[in-house]
Amino acid sequence: MNNDIQIKKSSEVYDAIIVGSGAGGGMSGYVLAHAGLKVLMLEAGPFFDPAKDSMQLKWPYESARRGAGTTRYFGDFDAAYGGWEIEGEPYTTTDKTEFHWFRSRMLGGRTNHWGRISLRMGPDDFKGHHIDGLTDDWPISYDDVKPFYDKVDRLIGVYGTVEGLPNEPDGIFLPPPKPRLNELYIKKGAAKAGVKVIAGRGSVLTEALPGNKDRGACFFCGQCGRSCKIYGDFSSSSCLVIPAIKTGNLKVIPNAMVREVLTDANGLATGVSYISKEDMQEYQVKGKMVILGASAGESARLLLNSKSSRHPNGLANSSGVVGRYIHDSTGSSAGGWLPELMDRKRYNEDGVGSVHIYGPWVYDNKKLNFPRGYHIEFGGGLHMPGYGFSGGIQNMNGVVPGKDGKMKEAGGFGADLKEDYRRFYGTGFGMAGRGTAIARYDNYCEIDPNVVDKFGIPVLRFHYTWSDYEIQQAKHMQDTFQDIMHNMGGAIYGPPQGKETNYGLEAPGMIIHEVGTVRMGDDPKKSALNKYSQAHDCNNLFVVDAAPFVQQGDKNATWTILALSMRTAEYILSQRKKLNV
Amino acid sequence: MNRRDSLKALGIGAISTGVLLEACKPKGNKLAEDNTAAPAAAEAGRQPFEVERDKKLNAEKFFTDHEMTTITVLGDIIIPKDARSGSASDAKVPAFIEFIVKDMPEHQTPMRGGLRWLDVQCLNKYGKTFVDASSAQQIEMVTAIAYPKKAKPEMAQGVSFFNRMRDLTASGFYTSKIGIDDLGYVGNQPGKWDGVPADVLKQYNISDPWGNKW
Repeated sequence: MNNDIQIKKSSEVYDAIIVGSGAGGGMSGYVLAHAGLKVLMLEAGPFFDPAKDSMQLKWPYESARRGAGTTRYFGDFDAAYGGWEIEGEPYTTTDKTEFHWFRSRMLGGRTNHWGRISLRMGPDDFKGHHIDGLTDDWPISYDDVKPFYDKVDRLIGVYGTVEGLPNEPDGIFLPPPKPRLNELYIKKGAAKAGVKVIAGRGSVLTEALPGNKDRGACFFCGQCGRSCKIYGDFSSSSCLVIPAIKTGNLKVIPNAMVREVLTDANGLATGVSYISKEDMQEYQVKGKMVILGASAGESARLLLNSKSSRHPNGLANSSGVVGRYIHDSTGSSAGGWLPELMDRKRYNEDGVGSVHIYGPWVYDNKKLNFPRGYHIEFGGGLHMPGYGFSGGIQNMNGVVPGKDGKMKEAGGFGADLKEDYRRFYGTGFGMAGRGTAIARYDNYCEIDPNVVDKFGIPVLRFHYTWSDYEIQQAKHMQDTFQDIMHNMGGAIYGPPQGKETNYGLEAPGMIIHEVGTVRMGDDPKKSALNKYSQAHDCNNLFVVDAAPFVQQGDKNATWTILALSMRTAEYILSQRKKLNV
Repeated sequence: MNRRDSLKALGIGAISTGVLLEACKPKGNKLAEDNTAAPAAAEAGRQPFEVERDKKLNAEKFFTDHEMTTITVLGDIIIPKDARSGSASDAKVPAFIEFIVKDMPEHQTPMRGGLRWLDVQCLNKYGKTFVDASSAQQIEMVTAIAYPKKAKPEMAQGVSFFNRMRDLTASGFYTSKIGIDDLGYVGNQPGKWDGVPADVLKQYNISDPWGNKW
């Protein structure tokens, strides 16, 4: 045992200290380091460079468990170090409510494994109160963010098609990948069912990114979830942090778990304290400003754990809203298979690792019993086999005729069964809705008064329930999926999920889109940050992850995190020139 | 970086597709399946606890020799050698099943109990364990539990066991080199996706690769 724990204080004062290296921390680091600021970035996990550490192009037999998700929820090759449970780093829930908190401890955070679905929030997502009287508007509009979305598109690259939809803003797009065969059937079914389906929008370089020599163009292995060795998709590690390190202005300390933001007698941030997971020693580092990009959950936790006489409720929390209004996307899914595709011709259908097609929300809520909307992500094709391949074949091979045209007995074994595995391969398809959950004061995370993690840091306790709005939205998803599948042409699928499962509505946190815990607003009594994500109570403190979100749309959060983080970083540069921070 | 440069970065630059295909095959005579139970080495992209965990699992033995023999016979009845490819045991499926029940302990009791259930059935019926029964008797026994809808009610536990055994066999076989080749999966290599090939579109009467015209 180490009996002489000391706090090691560094005398160097950085221009900025950034906590977290995901989309938010990565983008701020990128902008500030390129502008010449001396930046220190602290990451709670190890260094991760997809060029060296990605499992891309590995075969299932290179994993003893054949790619199963025993130690990584999304499979043995997936690029997430962490998950919903991390040894020694617990969180709790209260009032018998449920919340699942996914954390990736690694350079780039969850951007290494994410689905790369890159959607802009629309005008009605930023300001939708006038439509239904619900939730709060952002203090900024789509027009305020649009220039930054444009810059993110150019800097990082996103594919898609220009559609001119009212609340699904177009970007500056690379060409999208064409649909796979199964997805063409989905398109057909959706068209007949009156469900709009368009080309996907994803941050994958389907062509070389103009002006960028460090990243390769996609070679279509469909494995973005493993992160990309040639940087052909967006990970914060490969596209932001590593380039920022190359400027010579950004230093990363990996395995640094931040404990607290330090403040002085005036209540201003002076730096942070952290524990190094490498030597288990305590450190303090100094900065002229502190930027939190630790994730919506971790940034709220850090602020609540940073109490002082000037900030007795936790830093930036005189309003009491820190931790409040947490909301994840809704999610519900369905799938089936297409007998018409049995015995299909083989070809390389890997495509990209993001969606090839999706269904944006273009419908009128006046006729519906829930507010706001959801989009649908679709998929299916000749994918690489993995653990669970063709499981439950006894539920498939008894419902269609064999090659001789006669019905077969379900189940079986031997050469005949072996032929069935070949016949059914590549016939499956799936669809998943991702929708807007209304941000509510009563859904929150707070510090659990009784529990600390293995570093002695008090942990988060979550309180989260779905309202009838989200449940009715999930029901609508299930009904819509049935309509689409019914119209696909002979697809075989199960009945819709019913009331007993909340219509398949996933538990809060399972979609990994949690946002809103340190909301921005014009009124310091009702918000923690101003419209530039600068703390009302502490003007050299900024939050650049998904915590500042007032109300998430149905759009996946990453593209908005990137745009807002870039906007905050540029604001910091402009304010710095005025010597305000 | 253009696409060709990307491939170069991967170390598979300007070479023909045939060479690429060849390059993606495992080197030497050693079959990839032989690696199934090999001790995991520390490698890039894996966390130390994962490497340790695999090492520990590989050092443990769950199934008895008799159970392993039964699994091997059953696996080859489920996926036998045919004109196109080898059998489950050719693809080292038994070793995969030994590993996976250690990796996912929820398989352990149903597998161990199911194997014993099978032996007791055979002892009562044939006076021999499953592996010692004749081929005809083995097939008769398997037939009694392989078809969930027509199996007799007293065979229900055997049906559950066989469903699991069939799924594990398929998982092990079709994720092996032999099984992947059998399926005809041709991805997991650099390529260019330009939509469903024209002849396939034609086969399904689709007039354009975006699926707007059928």
